[in-house]
Amino acid sequence: MMPEKTIRIGSGAGYSGDRIEPAVDLIKEGDLDYIIFECLAERTIALAQLQKMQNPELGYDPFLEERMKACLPHCVSNKVKLISNMGAANPIAAAKKTAEVGRELGLADLKIAAVFGDDVISMLDFSANKFLESGDSLSVLGDEIISANAYLGVEGILMALEDGADIILTGRVADPSLFLAPLVHEFGWSMEDYPLLGKGTALGHLMECAGQVCGGYFADGVKKQVPNLGNLGFPIAEIGSDGSFHITKLKDSGGMVNAATCKEQLLYEVHDPSAYLTPNVVADFSNIHFKEIENDKVEVYGASGKALTGKLKVSVGYHDGYMADAQISYGGSYALERGNLAIEIIKERLQTKNLLVEDILFDLIGVNSLFKEDVSDINPQEIRLRVAAKTKDREEALELVNEVETLYTNGPAAGGGVSKSITEIIAIQSILIDKDQVKPKVEYFKS
Amino acid sequence: MKLKDIAHSRTGDKGDTINISVIAFDEKDYPIIKKQVTTAKVRRFLGETVKGEVVRYELPKLGAMNFVMQKALRGGVTRSLRLDKHGKTLSSMLLEMPLNTND
Repeated sequence: MMPEKTIRIGSGAGYSGDRIEPAVDLIKEGDLDYIIFECLAERTIALAQLQKMQNPELGYDPFLEERMKACLPHCVSNKVKLISNMGAANPIAAAKKTAEVGRELGLADLKIAAVFGDDVISMLDFSANKFLESGDSLSVLGDEIISANAYLGVEGILMALEDGADIILTGRVADPSLFLAPLVHEFGWSMEDYPLLGKGTALGHLMECAGQVCGGYFADGVKKQVPNLGNLGFPIAEIGSDGSFHITKLKDSGGMVNAATCKEQLLYEVHDPSAYLTPNVVADFSNIHFKEIENDKVEVYGASGKALTGKLKVSVGYHDGYMADAQISYGGSYALERGNLAIEIIKERLQTKNLLVEDILFDLIGVNSLFKEDVSDINPQEIRLRVAAKTKDREEALELVNEVETLYTNGPAAGGGVSKSITEIIAIQSILIDKDQVKPKVEYFKS
Repeated sequence: MKLKDIAHSRTGDKGDTINISVIAFDEKDYPIIKKQVTTAKVRRFLGETVKGEVVRYELPKLGAMNFVMQKALRGGVTRSLRLDKHGKTLSSMLLEMPLNTND
């Protein structure tokens, strides 16, 4: 029996730089109630924080304006609400910019909410907070810390929906919570009904990478054929008030939705499938199964959930030295031998000069740059040596890349095409803090 | 026979940890995968790439397994010196694992 009320949600982006046309198609033709744009990768928010430090009006998603220009008119004419984490490090500036775009497009009276409160850098306890992976306390990084953003749950988005916002821009929010929030709002789900919250979280997790559940990142060209990838459609989920749902896509879009595409997406970036930790529920995906009910329409069964942990994950971004990358090519006979000789020379130079590197990698591209241990009996006509190293200071990085360049006149025969780059590393590690410590806040702007 | 003949796969990453799903094309092949694609074998097959612990989760209702591997990205996406900083290519690498056809 179909539940009394159903909601249709579209996924408009799997990452910041994703295609915009499929989202516009969804808003125009998907008969949607909501469109969600998940645009914030683990490391992106630290970079956005750096940008905000340089200019307080920036620090939001670089494609915000372009996306809003393309989507807002259709959102208004089709009454589709838009929720996105494109606020990144600066949801307020993002909401102001969106209001400006709305006014330019002649769309009056849009209520735009900025959800924030995820920035917890002032709340860090440098001696008590410990990184989950390394076990180090934050104090070892001292002044190097740039940002600390907690993964918020649905609470801030819910407040904005209850206040009638048309567009909601958040900073760091757990990806599936972007999808769960409108369900809780529309269906009045209890925040203690964990099996229901688990179902909504499963929906969010399947949808959050947009095109991936529709066959993007799936095709292998042989056993896994996907039709019309050049016009890949983004997914639509229709969910009932009882948490039952299916995933589908627009009929005339490319790609496909079937049990196999859903299975790959379900396990993507999941650790223990029976305990997928989110700020609102510990979702249980271990009994999920899929049924193809029509072409490109998959019903999802068996998702559930358990009580939450009371902790929030916080991504801490910090300066972590420099990455040097220098490359040189060798062609023709004995290319591999000359590449290997070049590696020996670089190693000797590092020792002689007592050049300190924290980590170094020698890739012979075309031979062993991806699967090092599987190399045997390769006789290439061209190889590219890549020397990549991590250093504490920029000076060491510079010395390293110059050592590769001096192979031109000091190294093996016929080396060519040197390239050099040095980039600053912004590292990310996670800590946990008590959920009670973090209070989401909402501010509104009008177009 | 190789794993790629009966299964597909995708890598996901979080910090310095990756997960690689192994999903039977046909759920009837799940018992073969469960028997042969063990944690020890995966660890050996990926060699030096993965430095930390490898844990296997079973999903019989999907005919799938999920391998979670720590210290697999040389420090994580923003710090890894590797060309494939996310470890995304490792899923197709794992599918090259040979299987015993008698099972």
